[in-house]
Amino acid sequence: MSTQIEQQETESESEQEAESAVESPGDRRRAEKQQRLDEQKQAEREESTLDDEETIRLKVFRYDPEVEGKQEPRFDDFLVPFHKGMTILDALIYARDQYDSSLTFRHSCRQAVCGSDALFVNGRQRLGCKTQIAELETPVRIEPLPHQEVVKDLVVDMEHFYDQMEAVEPYFDADELPEDELEEQRQSRENREKVKMSTRCIWCGACMSSCNIAAGDNEYLGPAAINKAYRFAMDEREGPDRKQERLRIIEQEHGVWRCQTQFSCTEVCPKDIPLTEHIQELKREAVKNNLKFW
Amino acid sequence: MYEHDVIVVGAGGAGLRAAIAAHEEGADVALVTKLHPVRSHTGAAEGGINAALREGDSWDLHAYDTMKGSDYLGDAPAIDTFAKDAPEEVVQIEHWGMPFSREDDGRVSQRPFGGMSFPRTTYAGAETGHHLLHTMYEQAVKRGIEVYDEWYVTNLAVTDHEDPEDRVCHGCVAYDIKSGEIHGFRAKNGVILATGGLGQAFDHTTNAVANTGDGCAMAYRAGAPMEDMEMIQFHPTTLPSTGVLISEGVRGEGGILYNEDEERFMFEHGYANNDGELASRDVVSRAELTEVNEGRGIEDEFVHLDMRHLGEERILDRLENILHLAEDFEGVDGLDEPMPVKPGQHYAMGGIECDENGETCIDGLYAAGETACVSLHGANRLGGNALPELLVFGARAGHHAAGKDMKVAEIQTGPSAKSEDGAVEPPVDPGAVDAGTDDVVADGGAAATPKSVVKGAVEEERQRIEELLEADGINHAEVRADVQETMTQRVNVFREEDGLKQALRELKDARREYQNVAVSDPSRTYNTDLIHTIETRNILDVAEAITIGALAREEFRGAHWRAEHQERKDDEWIKHTMLAWNDGDPELYYKPVELDGDEETYEPKERSY
Repeated sequence: MSTQIEQQETESESEQEAESAVESPGDRRRAEKQQRLDEQKQAEREESTLDDEETIRLKVFRYDPEVEGKQEPRFDDFLVPFHKGMTILDALIYARDQYDSSLTFRHSCRQAVCGSDALFVNGRQRLGCKTQIAELETPVRIEPLPHQEVVKDLVVDMEHFYDQMEAVEPYFDADELPEDELEEQRQSRENREKVKMSTRCIWCGACMSSCNIAAGDNEYLGPAAINKAYRFAMDEREGPDRKQERLRIIEQEHGVWRCQTQFSCTEVCPKDIPLTEHIQELKREAVKNNLKFW
Repeated sequence: MYEHDVIVVGAGGAGLRAAIAAHEEGADVALVTKLHPVRSHTGAAEGGINAALREGDSWDLHAYDTMKGSDYLGDAPAIDTFAKDAPEEVVQIEHWGMPFSREDDGRVSQRPFGGMSFPRTTYAGAETGHHLLHTMYEQAVKRGIEVYDEWYVTNLAVTDHEDPEDRVCHGCVAYDIKSGEIHGFRAKNGVILATGGLGQAFDHTTNAVANTGDGCAMAYRAGAPMEDMEMIQFHPTTLPSTGVLISEGVRGEGGILYNEDEERFMFEHGYANNDGELASRDVVSRAELTEVNEGRGIEDEFVHLDMRHLGEERILDRLENILHLAEDFEGVDGLDEPMPVKPGQHYAMGGIECDENGETCIDGLYAAGETACVSLHGANRLGGNALPELLVFGARAGHHAAGKDMKVAEIQTGPSAKSEDGAVEPPVDPGAVDAGTDDVVADGGAAATPKSVVKGAVEEERQRIEELLEADGINHAEVRADVQETMTQRVNVFREEDGLKQALRELKDARREYQNVAVSDPSRTYNTDLIHTIETRNILDVAEAITIGALAREEFRGAHWRAEHQERKDDEWIKHTMLAWNDGDPELYYKPVELDGDEETYEPKERSY
């Protein structure tokens, strides 16, 4: 089993020199880490053919605006032991817990529902927790989502994404409700089926990050927000008036008409939502809606 | 310092419902959450939401099933309130746009679930929690409720009266994860803890990484006791590699469990001759582990859950999400092969002691959802009862905290509810190893103003965080891993006295180790190292409480199995185990279970399925 973190090596050495007079737990820890590293190097030398199936090399983007030495973006290499079924998230957690606890990324549910860990892995937006390493070329290059401001390491600022989601008035707004508070509204199976895929969005931001148009036009609502508008506009439980209003929102200058059907959002969506189709369908709805007044 | 009428900590199902309810009462309410609301773990719930909605069903049947499921450790006032309020709450989220699965007539679908005498589980595919969470967040957005997302609440601001029942909660301290700033939040009316589960105390869990028992541990150290912490639910169908949950909906739809010899063991080995796979979760979990322990497990680790016979159409309609989970996390195509499953930690029935209005013994401190123990689930939660719990009791906590005049609670809380001293012989002293230096009750005393209490708490927290950032020491991850391993090895589905005592020793060692932790990332920007270090302290407190409760309860009830005590002892043990922090010197005591319901008194019966 191979363990090492290369960037940390030089840092540990210099720190050890500076603090060699005092033996603190941190020193001991760093010394142990150094020792592990040396043993590892030794083992590598002795066993010159490292078994590729047992370790995976990660190249991970690092940046921290506050910490000297990390202000200049760079890539750190981590060599992690591989096991069958290992995901990108598993590898990142291993690297963080074993080598460098300052390695920063968002994650929570590790089952593809919380949408925290959308990352740019080998040049494509993916959810870390559901991306099997075995399916990727190595070394695996892990970067934060493109076109979003990097806060630190793999964490990007999601505020703009959230703002766009909120711009479409993302909440159910029925014209009228059943009088009896114990009586539900009716919705046909067909209608539920129609909106079903759109309701699966987990707000991970992969689509927005992959969209060329969104990259060039900061005001473009983007695929996730338009999909959210679709989810409500197509729900038969909302009345025609509300639908008109929803179409007006998505028809604005930076709305559906900006989409150039490049399908990159649909390609990267980890929940397989046909985002581009939904956007096109809203374009059709908007045209039909406008035709009525002619 | 930020000021609001009501501060809700945590923005999953319970937190969002509480915030909406408080807002309805006209309160200025804020949600403070360490994740963004849509990242909350409520989103991972799959199965469904129970409510008596249809002809032939009624709230009292739902209440009866819940009491039976709880193995008579639930409190009747909580259970009755829950079953009565659930239908209105469920229809209300339908009115809020929840995309439920539908019947041909357009009404909400319901399906059978374990331990339920009527198919009363409403659902939205196998991703009910995701839809519930998003629907509720949408409603919070609609109302303009203020959200402080990625703010980690690290402590409560509570007055330092000696008796917890005299204490008042005036707010909390929160750490802005993005900037590293620490601020006080003053709550004029109350703080509602809705921080979710504590599954991270175990290493094989369905819970999210964020579920570290923060609310429970904070309330405990502030003086609100933890109740029935030994009652941990292990879900029988989790994927062996990751702990990802495979919904009970699979068995509800007719999924079958097989052992290595392809026997339908729930029947063939007599674990549940009537209900088979749909017996309650504790029964099925033990059955699976027994199969594995007796050599009939697959790869000595798991059993198979087969849904192939349900047919592609039905699977795609109702369980599609399960196909994705099995594929993504186990590489198994559920349409072609059975899925590997084993029990995993899933849910904490116990938690912060509170009454039916969500209030704890500390004035102005509320709890709702999984972090709370109003004692609805007792010794075992039935599938589909967690989501209506967070709706019903989230709403009640929100209304009450915002000042709505509610019926006086029947459930008693705090030290005055004590009926009996606890008896347990721990091999080591539980609690703080550094008692005195870790006092979370803010300085100020009776004469302090609410603001000074919050300020005091902020100062203490600044100092604590400063120390963590500046000191040298070991990485919290080592301590956390030790605790998780101990809990999974010794405080799991099967529990033995020696193992529990050993666990307490190991937890004490972990507490000592924790004295040496330090954060090696010096950055103030998005310092997850710091967050995880603080969480690990919370994990330690809840893990210890679980283990002490498990050692104390010398009987076999619900999810709690003891090798030496193979029967339910109703004469002695129809009582709650309570653990009070007492400034680092935990005190175990008991309070009676309330079996007097609205319509009748529940008579404990043998729980057979």
